[in-house]
Amino acid sequence: MSLGAQGNAFQSPELTKALAERIDATLQGRPLRIMHVCGTHEHAVGNYALRSLFPPSVKLIGGPGCPVCVCPAADIEQAMQLARQGLIVATFGDMMRVPANQQSLADLRSEGADLRIVGSVADAVHLARANPDRELVFFAVGFETTACTFAAAVLADPPKNFSMLTSIRQTPPAVDALQTLDDNKLDGYLLPGHVCAVIGLKPFAHLNEQGAFLSVAGFEPVEIMHGLLLIAEQARDEAPRADNAYRRLVRYDGNTAAIRAMQQAFKLADSTWRGIGSIPGSGYVLRDELETLDARKRYDLPPSENIDASMPKGCACGEVLTGQIAPQQCPSYGRSCTPPHPLGPCMVSFEGSCRIAYTFEGFDREN
Amino acid sequence: MSISTKQVKLGHGGGGRMAIQFLDEVIRPRFSNTALDSLDDAALLKLESDRIAMSSDSMIVKPVEFAGGNIGKLAICGTANDLAVSGARPRFLSMALIIEEGLDFALLERLLDSAAETASSIGVSIVCGDTKVVPRGEVDGIFFNTTGIGELDPRLSLGIGRIRTGDAVLSSGTLGDHGATIMVARESLGITGGLSSDCAPVAELCSRLYELGNDLHFMRDPTRGGLIAVASEIVHQQKFSIRLFAKHIPLKGATRAACELVGVDPLSLACEGRVITVVAADAAESALELMRADPLGAEAAIIGEVIENPAGRLLLQTSIGTERVIIQADEDPLPRIC
Repeated sequence: MSLGAQGNAFQSPELTKALAERIDATLQGRPLRIMHVCGTHEHAVGNYALRSLFPPSVKLIGGPGCPVCVCPAADIEQAMQLARQGLIVATFGDMMRVPANQQSLADLRSEGADLRIVGSVADAVHLARANPDRELVFFAVGFETTACTFAAAVLADPPKNFSMLTSIRQTPPAVDALQTLDDNKLDGYLLPGHVCAVIGLKPFAHLNEQGAFLSVAGFEPVEIMHGLLLIAEQARDEAPRADNAYRRLVRYDGNTAAIRAMQQAFKLADSTWRGIGSIPGSGYVLRDELETLDARKRYDLPPSENIDASMPKGCACGEVLTGQIAPQQCPSYGRSCTPPHPLGPCMVSFEGSCRIAYTFEGFDREN
Repeated sequence: MSISTKQVKLGHGGGGRMAIQFLDEVIRPRFSNTALDSLDDAALLKLESDRIAMSSDSMIVKPVEFAGGNIGKLAICGTANDLAVSGARPRFLSMALIIEEGLDFALLERLLDSAAETASSIGVSIVCGDTKVVPRGEVDGIFFNTTGIGELDPRLSLGIGRIRTGDAVLSSGTLGDHGATIMVARESLGITGGLSSDCAPVAELCSRLYELGNDLHFMRDPTRGGLIAVASEIVHQQKFSIRLFAKHIPLKGATRAACELVGVDPLSLACEGRVITVVAADAAESALELMRADPLGAEAAIIGEVIENPAGRLLLQTSIGTERVIIQADEDPLPRIC
């Protein structure tokens, strides 16, 4: 957001500009195409207009860093089914507004279903305790950043009326999938700060063998520029590494307690990414011994077969999520798709590339 | 007081003796003035000018009590401030209440005490009003409406049409404090320390600015939608733009931190005791001095400028020196803040 006079050192204008100049001096015109996979990075870049500081040959492209955006319509439909059965279904605010096939959870709520917005899984557990006569399902959508909190909740003896409908994805398999795209011309990745705070740099390091330059970065202007500088230095030296520009939060091996919790609560599964398709081994589901906490088993939901991985009609989120087009290049952007009337999830979620672009650039009718 | 009740009852807002008793024992003692005391169906008033301003505001804020104020204080400030930023000295207000049956009586008295105290502090009289009570569940707690009239200062001509390229944009103080306080209270974020609504009557501060006469081009209190709403409205379809300077916009640390946590821009949050002013370029320093002489204007600052190119845009020079546009959101980030 547009913060005022007293920022912190990581918002220093002098440092940010100095880093931009260093990047320019390091690359000396060499082109660099880097992808980030974090909506919060895109938001920070937009908020501070950081791209205006990059040398012209540097391109930072947004990838599938939006867990709400890649949640399949089939999972949302399952949440709707539970809500229609009279259960309390709790989920994150922007998950409520994503259009599934015909409608969103918010639409269902205005028809009388008991859907509640929560800020965290802890809030959902709290709600379950406050409503002992009702069954509550937490629609657990997220990447590793929130998945570790979901794991902690299931392992902390939740109330008997609580269960989860999981829609959890992992970031490293998605990045691996991006590497296999035919027209992938990426030189490397700016790795997601919060995901890496949980799982560390290790799960991404193998990308160096494919020649990808890597650095994790935090979310302040200085931190983002620092991450890009480390990548620029790798490019100059033709020496791919997994660098860490977020040492105040990220360790190479990650947060062992969080990783252990996820291993205790979840097992690997194949997962469908909306707009992208199935990525093997990219999902987490609850372990068999936790089946009373698994809403799909507890309420006998029909299995999500033949999951349609498509976005709503007229929506090009899939291409935005894989970095093939920028939001502004989607024909619906700003026309039939705006934040109050979104066609697809990228315009709904606070981490969606389209919503972020609209927030910081709007839509120029002359262009 | 012979009303001994812990809760507001339907009868207090009806046509029987309970309502008369309510008026005599709860309303009149707090708001007594000539017009109110001799009240028939209308207040009979005398004004010193034939150029008057009139404004109305309904208050539905939730929660009704918050750090730095309550809905009663807000009811007075809301309307009085609208008059003040229109260049009028607020004189008389009406006050209408719609109360949910069962509301805690002691709470009601606290709210009315605040309203009375706030009105009295700026020499405003509540001269007429109305009380309705509806059955439980038909209204949420208590809603207020105040409608006010004030006398326009003859030295002033205010409006977007007076704004010129080169004008300075000023804020009377820190931004977003009211909205941030309500947001934190409502989301039960468990954040404590430092957050407090800026709810205050700005009539005095505004009257100091009236000294600028013709150099005072425009004033607005940034309520719903905050500074961004005001600035966006100013530049809409105009030949000029406004450039704001993030570095110079005063923000309380607690407000900034709460906003970062929730992911909301403090510049889009409501203030209920601040004034955004646009003045002629060479009056900017005087405007600053005049505001800083007022207790509510201690942190007044020049926050932006009116520029010729481009047209019709709201721009932000970020704290790191880059520039981008500010797009007004289509929806309010936070409902029921005032």
